[in-house]
Amino acid sequence: MSNGNKEVLTGHQVVANAMRQVEPDVVAAYPITPQSEIVEYFSQYVADGKVDSEVITVESEHSAMSACVGSAAAGARTMTATASQGLALMMEIVYIAASMRTPIVMAVANRALSGPINIHCDHSDSMAARDSGVIQLYGEDAQEAYEFTLMAQRLAESEDVLLPVMVTLDGFTLTHTAQVAELLPDRAVSDFVGEYDARYPLLDVENPTTQGPFDMPDYYFEHKLQQVDAMDNVPDRFLQVQEEFNDLSGGSYDGLFETYKMDDADYAVIILGSTAGTAKVVVDELREEGKKVGLLKPWLFRPFPAEEIKDVLLDKEAVAVLDRSLSFGSSGPLYLEVSSALSGEDTKPRLYNYTYGLGGRDIKEDQIAEVFEDLENPDLEDKMRYIGARQ
Amino acid sequence: MAEFELKKYDEIPIGGVITGGATPELNKTGDWRSERPIWDEDTCIQCLQCWVNCPDASFEISEEEIQGIDYEHCKGCGICAEICPVDAITMKPEGEGSEDE
Repeated sequence: MSNGNKEVLTGHQVVANAMRQVEPDVVAAYPITPQSEIVEYFSQYVADGKVDSEVITVESEHSAMSACVGSAAAGARTMTATASQGLALMMEIVYIAASMRTPIVMAVANRALSGPINIHCDHSDSMAARDSGVIQLYGEDAQEAYEFTLMAQRLAESEDVLLPVMVTLDGFTLTHTAQVAELLPDRAVSDFVGEYDARYPLLDVENPTTQGPFDMPDYYFEHKLQQVDAMDNVPDRFLQVQEEFNDLSGGSYDGLFETYKMDDADYAVIILGSTAGTAKVVVDELREEGKKVGLLKPWLFRPFPAEEIKDVLLDKEAVAVLDRSLSFGSSGPLYLEVSSALSGEDTKPRLYNYTYGLGGRDIKEDQIAEVFEDLENPDLEDKMRYIGARQ
Repeated sequence: MAEFELKKYDEIPIGGVITGGATPELNKTGDWRSERPIWDEDTCIQCLQCWVNCPDASFEISEEEIQGIDYEHCKGCGICAEICPVDAITMKPEGEGSEDE
C-alpha cells in the first residue's frame, strides 16, 4: 500500500478510524470489554467534529441492535460494535437484522462467553452467531480488521447481498495492542464506500412500506430462502470488492481465505484470527528445517468457502483444524466445516481437531510446532486434543 | 379474508417488506378476542381517551368524535374500558357482547 500513512495504532483505534472514514449516519452501541474503546474513540471523533454521525447510547446491546435495525430500516447507513455477553444479549436482534436484510456493519472484539465469567479472547461469542444470517469476516491483525471494516461496508450493501457483516478481531490480542497499521486517506475511503441508497427506506413516505411483519407458515420459508440466496452471492461479491479495494490500497487480497506456504505443503493447520500470525512464524521455522508445512487462514467464515478450501486441502497428507471455541458434544465449529467440505472425497488428508486458547489461554509457537509434529504420525488417533489444558 | 396467490421466494420483496403500506388495515386481526368492548354513545363525553390509548387503531373517529369500534381489529385488551372516565365502555364476553351490539 502506498497511498496511506503508517501509524502505530491499537485495534480499537483502527476500527474506530475505519468507522470515522465510512462516516455512518448512525452508530448505536453499548460498552463491553474488550470492545468499548472502539465506540469511545468513535464518539470522541463525533464530539470533535471529525465525523458527522449520530451516536445513540442505549441501555443494553439488545437495544443497541434494535436501534440499529430501526435506523437501517429507515434507510440510514448504520454501524455498531460489541463483544461476548453483549453479542449474546443482542443475538435475538442479530437474527432479525439479517432477516430484515439490513446491511449493518459491526465489529466484534472476540471474547469468551460466560461462564465462568472471563474477559479474554476466544471465539465462542462470534461462533454463537454463525447461524444468525450475518456474514462473518475474521481478521488476523489490526490492518485486516481495518481493511475488512471498509470492505464489509461495500459487501453488506451489495444489491444482491444486503446482509449484516460482522468483522471480528481477537479481544486484547488485537484490540488492546499497538501495531503498525496503514490507513487510507479519508477521501479515498469515502469514494470507495460511496453513498448508501437503501432499497426500501422506511422514511420514504411517498412509498410506504411495512417492515418486519409477522410471517405465517406460508411465507416464512420463502423469506429464509431469500437469505440463503443472498449468502450464496457473498463469495463473488467479496472477491469483487477485494479487487476494487486493491486498486485503491495497492493491496493483494485475492481470495476467501489466505494460504501461507500451502502450495507444496504436506501438512497444514487451519486457524482463524490472530493465532494465524503465530502459526506463520512456526511455518517459517519448520520450513527452515526442510519440513513441508503450511497454513490456511479463513477470512470468510460465513458463508464458509467449502469448495475452495477443499481444493486446497485435497492433496495434503494431514490437516489440523485449530478451533478457539467449543461445541459441547460435538467437534469444533471450524473443524465441522472443513470436515464437511472434505466429505465424499475418496482421497483426502487425515483430519484432526484441536481446541486452543479458551478464555484467553496463550498459545505458543512450540505448541503449534507440536501440532505439526503430531500430523507427521500416520497412526495419530482421531480425537479432540486440548492445547495447553491441564488434563 | 381475501384469497392470496402464494408466490415463489424470488417473486416477493426481500426481508419481509410489504410495499404499499396499509398492512394492518388489510389484515383482520380481531378474531382472537375473548371479550369485546361495548361503547355506550349516550354516556360517552367524547374525551377521546379510548382513541388515544387504544394500542391498535380500533376506535372509528370522524369530526373529532368517536363513531364506533372496529371489531375486525380490536383484540379485546380492555384498555379503553379501563381508561374511560365515565364508564361508557364495558367489556363483555364474546357471544354475550354480540347480543348487545
